[in-house]
Amino acid sequence: MKLYIIYMSLTQDKIHLLEKKATAIRRSVVDMLIEAKSGHLAGALGMADIFTYLYFYGLKHDPKNPKWKYRDRLVLSNGHICPVLYASMAHSGYFPVAELKTLRKFDSRLQGHPHRDFLPMLETSSGPLGSGLSQTIGMALADRIDSGKSSGREFYCLMSDGELDEGNSWEAIMLAAREKIQNLTVIIDRNNIQIDGYTEEIMPLNPLVDKWRSFNWHVQEINGHDFREIDRAVTEARSVFGRPSVIIAHTIPSKGIPSFEKKFEWHGKPPMTAAEIKTARNVE
Amino acid sequence: MLKHDSKLNPKIFDKNVELGSVRQGFGLGIVRAGEIDKNVVALCADLTESLQLDKFKAKFPNRFIEVGVAEQNLVTIASGMARAGKIPFIGSYAVFSPGRNWEQIRTTVCYNNLPVKIIGSHAGVTVGPDGGSHQALEDIALMRVLPRMVVISPCDALEAYKATIAAAKTADPTYIRLARDKTPIISTESTPFDIGKAQVVYESDITSNIHNTRKSSLEMNGPKHKFDVGIIATGPSVYRALMVARKLDRELKRVKVLNVSTIKPLDEHAVLSIAHDSRSLVTVEDHQISGGLGSVIAEFLSHNFPTHIEYIGIRDQFGQSGTPEELVEHYRIGENDIYDAAHRVMLRK
Repeated sequence: MKLYIIYMSLTQDKIHLLEKKATAIRRSVVDMLIEAKSGHLAGALGMADIFTYLYFYGLKHDPKNPKWKYRDRLVLSNGHICPVLYASMAHSGYFPVAELKTLRKFDSRLQGHPHRDFLPMLETSSGPLGSGLSQTIGMALADRIDSGKSSGREFYCLMSDGELDEGNSWEAIMLAAREKIQNLTVIIDRNNIQIDGYTEEIMPLNPLVDKWRSFNWHVQEINGHDFREIDRAVTEARSVFGRPSVIIAHTIPSKGIPSFEKKFEWHGKPPMTAAEIKTARNVE
Repeated sequence: MLKHDSKLNPKIFDKNVELGSVRQGFGLGIVRAGEIDKNVVALCADLTESLQLDKFKAKFPNRFIEVGVAEQNLVTIASGMARAGKIPFIGSYAVFSPGRNWEQIRTTVCYNNLPVKIIGSHAGVTVGPDGGSHQALEDIALMRVLPRMVVISPCDALEAYKATIAAAKTADPTYIRLARDKTPIISTESTPFDIGKAQVVYESDITSNIHNTRKSSLEMNGPKHKFDVGIIATGPSVYRALMVARKLDRELKRVKVLNVSTIKPLDEHAVLSIAHDSRSLVTVEDHQISGGLGSVIAEFLSHNFPTHIEYIGIRDQFGQSGTPEELVEHYRIGENDIYDAAHRVMLRK
């Protein structure tokens, strides 16, 4: 019944606010990439709803005190979608929204891929794929050594589907299951694209749910653009006992720009031509 | 003679010099480091006993993590733990870690600037019968090229013990290179060890009567330098360098030997000093010359104090099976090779 109460606490009004916030974040992402003239568009837009949910509802954090000891930890493993991370951080108050336009510029805190030297409030630097999950596990294991199994901290790792091609990812998946890290939740951006094409053509991941299940994880599959489903899955993941959780979130790459949606060509580039820029600025 | 200040093992030149395992030195060192600091944790990739981590595991079971045969996971889990305040030591064979997981070390440890301590065992051809696949000859090169990484190559079991304890006290990413075999005990408990300090371990006695004879012979033959030749060595190769130094000394050559136990940061003062005093050097290592100690010394001196150098080390080859003695001879990194190189470089002055 506890689940039900939390589920209800995400009211229709709140969802409405989150939707508006997600649109604002998508607009920021588009503006950042147009300004930077490079960067990764599709994944950043596709994950905007999940980032919005976490930064404005789900995550225990304090933007004014990024080093708060009891904060939940959020690790972005696929660092190339960092425009959505930066935009979510800025919009939730970690730093001024105006700073977003410095993305990828010399001396900016907002490096092309996240780097803690420049932005120490990040949990880790990332970009090279496949190593974020094991770092998150390391953080959770250290927390368990210090505080026991019920420290109250949740550990989130956001990953792409493409980076499941990396062997390091599966090494980590096995270890988390053996260690029964129950305060660990992985969210997979299941957008079916990677740089060279569609994931199921480049390196098939399906049946992805069965894969994770057979590795002894608690598995949920959701629509990554539906705040109720995101909330229900994250809440359930938190309540799972004795197993790590994965949420396979089906997302639409380039979500919000209908003519760009679901096209792998937009994985690693910004809108460049005048027509593309005009289309992208209308992102919803 | 052995450098007095270094308080080395007085029995080093005995035929039956005591042997010790550098891996065991590490194994004891990490237990001590664990006693000193509760944040010290250890991770291993299915080589716990071989890396001598069993004692740490027995003493601190909840601070030991077995990751299985997965070196990429080994270092990235450690990186996450370091980010959360731990001082993780990760142990495997150097070919696998830092060999297989180099990018993860670069990005998650060095780029993140976290205090992960990488212990690479089975370094050098002296690994012996396991063969070339298991003999790490490139690990110094791989690690020293990374910004922020400290690289330590202990000469014996006691130095490995001290290096482990010292590494646990720093916030730097650190690599410690260990040989497989038991090696002669060169140092004593009283021998000083500091990360970043090279140590003069041998100096001919230039104040003795013999020295005066030498002086006159040298004044006739060439320029006046304090020493005829300097030998710079790292790891257990320091023992072979010492053997050669004594032989040269008996031939009335004045010789100085430097143990570079920290490859990076280099003790530039000590290297300048031996170069200045001898004007001819031999570098000695059980590692590729390219990227290894030979490169380190050449890069530094060519800019600061150009000096004749002969290199003893592996010459762009892989190892193979054999006894350590056979391999040392085959790859021309033994005492005779160092001796010949010393004579060659003295003639180049």
